[in-house]
Amino acid sequence: MGSGQRTPFENPVVEWIDSRLPVFTMMQKEYGVFPTPRNFNYFWNFGAIAMIMLVLMIVTGIVLAMHYTPHTAMAFNSVERIMRDVNGGWLIRYLHMNGASFFFIAVYIHIFRGMYYGSYKKPRELLWILGVLIFLLMMATAFMGYVLPWGQMSYWGATVITNLFSAIPVVGESIVTLLWGGFSVDNPTLNRFFALHYLLPFVIFAVVFLHVWALHVVGSNNPLGIDTKGPQDTVPFHPYYTIKDTFGTLVYLILFCFFVFFMPDALGHPDNYTPANPLVTPPHIVPEWYFLPFYAMLRAITFNIGIPFTDIVIISAKLGGVLVMFGSIALLFVLPWIDRHPIRSARFRPQYRVALLVWLAVFAFLGYVGSQPADAVKFGIPLSYLGLLGTVYYYGFFLVILPYLNKHEKGRDLPPSISIPIIESPEPAAPPEKRR
Amino acid sequence: MNSRHFLLIAVSALSIAASPAAVFAAEAKQDMPTPADLEAAAEIPPEGTVADEAHAPDHHAAAPHGHVDWHFSGMFGSYDRAALQRGLKVYREVCAACHSLKRVYYRNLEDLGYDEGQVKNIASQYNVTDGPNDEGEMFERAALPSDHFVSPYPNDNAAKAVNNGALPPDLSLITKARHHGPDHVFGVLTSFGPPPEGVTPGQGQYWNNQMQSLISMAPPLQDGQVVYEDDVPQTVEQYSRDVVEFLAWAADPYMEERKRTGIKVIIFLAVFAGLMYAVKRRIWAKLH
Ligand code: HEC
Ligand code: HEM
Repeated sequence: MGSGQRTPFENPVVEWIDSRLPVFTMMQKEYGVFPTPRNFNYFWNFGAIAMIMLVLMIVTGIVLAMHYTPHTAMAFNSVERIMRDVNGGWLIRYLHMNGASFFFIAVYIHIFRGMYYGSYKKPRELLWILGVLIFLLMMATAFMGYVLPWGQMSYWGATVITNLFSAIPVVGESIVTLLWGGFSVDNPTLNRFFALHYLLPFVIFAVVFLHVWALHVVGSNNPLGIDTKGPQDTVPFHPYYTIKDTFGTLVYLILFCFFVFFMPDALGHPDNYTPANPLVTPPHIVPEWYFLPFYAMLRAITFNIGIPFTDIVIISAKLGGVLVMFGSIALLFVLPWIDRHPIRSARFRPQYRVALLVWLAVFAFLGYVGSQPADAVKFGIPLSYLGLLGTVYYYGFFLVILPYLNKHEKGRDLPPSISIPIIESPEPAAPPEKRR
Repeated sequence: MNSRHFLLIAVSALSIAASPAAVFAAEAKQDMPTPADLEAAAEIPPEGTVADEAHAPDHHAAAPHGHVDWHFSGMFGSYDRAALQRGLKVYREVCAACHSLKRVYYRNLEDLGYDEGQVKNIASQYNVTDGPNDEGEMFERAALPSDHFVSPYPNDNAAKAVNNGALPPDLSLITKARHHGPDHVFGVLTSFGPPPEGVTPGQGQYWNNQMQSLISMAPPLQDGQVVYEDDVPQTVEQYSRDVVEFLAWAADPYMEERKRTGIKVIIFLAVFAGLMYAVKRRIWAKLH
């Protein structure tokens, strides 16, 4: 890294350091002059925003850890002490609590941006996979973080989710025992979750580093989804995108602060303000909002799959649900090989565009289904059926629609280069959809 | 300039324009009331009314029963000091017989507008067990401002034993621990009634419309039960309103500081974002 050719710096101190460890050369190359497509829209802000949120989570998390006690008898009280007796404690905790949600919002938008503009396609497959890995690690981190305050939802959420692993044939029960460190969710569970919750964000940080490194090898995609053809298509990252990211991040932080200061508990569940009680099961156990679509897919499988007309069960409903839930993320990992269409951007793929927007709506609808009790009935239909229907579309999008479009979608003509549609306004042969 | 840019500018501009007024409003509310203020406040009829009393039962056991306009709701809402003091009185004279409030210190009562002496006096009316002393004995002493509110029962089992097997929950977080907490608690206190057809209350059980179930708390409040020094109506509704204001404070004592800080932070961010937007336009202008 940065060990090739080096132009000396004027400042003697900088030069002294740089000639020994070329960090300044690296920063200059990766964040200074780094050639970046000139046509980003505001969707391209969310990577920087996610990065800021990660740093915020680590900083607030470490301060929380200074006051938090990972013991079943004290965890809830220690969090309440942070809220009441630690100077500024309420602010730190509310930043961390809402920060998790806003980290997920940013990452969800970031992922969707990638899907819309085909950023996962060659040569960015590995970059994409690293991103999905970050998402998976975030889910594990947030799940374990939610257990730490040891409220009712912490406890019962942990019980429900860890129990899922028991559906895995043969080794399932042992995995659950290992997760629990015993025979139920208890003090050893809380302790290991705290240790892992402290560790994983730093693992995420390392993967983010690889993610950005991979990005800087292949370069950014852009809203047109076509390759940059020369310097006329790019601008140096600084100052063009440093300033745009600063502005975008500030707007995002305004929204975030609105929640932190004016509705800090709106995204949480009230039951988590009741200390955990293994003897009282809440009537309706729900995970945090950012897991709801996956929770709906988990609960959509309410039937065993076996050999017809016999009692032989091959996949129990529980295992089916678990497979469907994890499968939904596995599909994201292999997306670059499912969608082999040569055009990247949905702007030039009208059919893909519609299918993807429907997929987004279905995903949001699954979130709604996940938030409702398992036996809810809406519009006269049991919601779990609608959940199943949504799950079928989620899978169908990847396994049926995308392969079909690979073969049959013609797509629109691509503009010859990024700078041409910007410099010359006249209509290209087949105009790209409304330009922004 | 296109529609997206326009939207962003509009949002920043609006937040900048709206904010200074907001700060002044928030600062004005922050001042502690003088005794005269409290008296004056007492003469104003209670704010807000209960709308929409009966609601169809929802699948949530704790269906919102009705919406109350609280002094503390909204971006600029603050606690009504007079209501807090009356609420404390209701809590101490009624609820404290069964419900603990163990996360609140007596010293926190200074937030309600009491001075140090008054807080000491309130605390000293309760006894706590301390020790061991130099002889190794536990001993009783009067509570100090640095003590937590004294709980009515030594432990949960003792509480259940005298409450029909039901545990009266600690009230320190009750308004955060229920959906629409303040409305919910207000609803519980004001919606006792005859049980619906087919429901027979057992020994010590009472039908509650807000809970949509039988509960083991007898209607705790009666008109005229708590004597107010100001001339606010001494009704179940008013008591409930006041005790909820007090419990909301107990659950969220930093709410006013939080909102005040929030307004400053958002103004700062909005101005900063506006500036950065201007800089961004300058820089990008060279390209287009
Ligand atoms: C005589 C004892 C007693 C008194 C006095 C009393 N309560 Fe209760 N309260 C209980 C018991 C017991 C329960 C638990 C009922 C159950 O779970 O069936 C309860 C439950 C509650 C609940 C929980 C409702 C829910 O959503 O689960 C609230 C809120 C509450 N009381 C508020 C108050 C307030 C406010 C006062 C003072 C005005 C008060 N109580 C006075 C005994 C009492
Ligand atoms: C990827 C970044 C992180 C995510 C997504 C995350 C997520 C969460 C979540 C959802 C909670 C529960 C909030 C609540 O309801 O109270 C939590 C709590 C907690 N987290 Fe994190 N966290 C992250 C990083 C960290 C780091 C680096 C630390 C440092 C040790 C940390 C320490 C804590 C502590 C001590 C708590 C318990 C206190 C509390 O509940 O407020 N977190 N985290």
